[in-house]
Amino acid sequence: MNDTVAKQAEAAMIPPVDVFEDAAGITLYADLPGVPKDKLDLQLEADTLTIGGEVALDVPEGMDAAHAEVSLSRYRRSFTLSRELDTGKVSAEFNHGVLKLRIPKAEHAQPRKIEIKVA
Amino acid sequence: MMARTLFPRDLFAELDRLQRGMQQRIDMTPSIRGLGRDGFPAINVGGTPQSVELYAFAPGVDPASLDVQVEKGVLTIAGERKPDTPQPDAKATLHIEERFAGRFRRVVSLPDDVDAAAIEARYRNGVLHISIPRQQAAQPRRIQIQSGDQP
Repeated sequence: MNDTVAKQAEAAMIPPVDVFEDAAGITLYADLPGVPKDKLDLQLEADTLTIGGEVALDVPEGMDAAHAEVSLSRYRRSFTLSRELDTGKVSAEFNHGVLKLRIPKAEHAQPRKIEIKVA
Repeated sequence: MMARTLFPRDLFAELDRLQRGMQQRIDMTPSIRGLGRDGFPAINVGGTPQSVELYAFAPGVDPASLDVQVEKGVLTIAGERKPDTPQPDAKATLHIEERFAGRFRRVVSLPDDVDAAAIEARYRNGVLHISIPRQQAAQPRRIQIQSGDQP
């Protein structure tokens, strides 16, 4: 628990994301360049999804930074999920620093055509 | 601190001016190529006595589409990132669209002492790491002092 609190307190970069929704669920892409697969951190707590990761670069010993546009070594961003999403069936892919998450909608929330009765 | 502007009630212009002023104070070395803070890919540059190391944060790029060139002491990184978002005619709603898509090109001037012929580039975890060794003559070396005394 303390570890989680310490992680939350540390300054982090907010990764850019794309989020789109179709009838069956939500797809999220996040840019996390420099994060190796084992340093990726995905958490689902109640209705909060947190994506995060730690940057690990091959840095030669004794390197001095001359110019840095990426100055923090951690990414973190949280999203609030809505109830119709099935958090038990989230699938994740991570390739070339891009995270792809697919969150399907629960069965009962899948689309169905509503009959309109004419009285 | 509010400056006396011509139209002092324009709060947005005032905020913009303040932001620029702060940015100028933060950027110690104004470069003619700008700092590219919003550019893609973001670039970090570091140096050791033996080499210059450049890291370009370009996630989700096909390594075959990356083009790295050195000409007249200027390094150019170019490539293309295909969009992942669906076409507008598809039955999908785009909620957030922040990620870069399309062609990109960034230019960095290199120090004079690098050996451009021995440049090495590697793409890993979405980061393009370019390592350029410095020329042998420019590397620090210890000079042996010879003793003139006879043993």
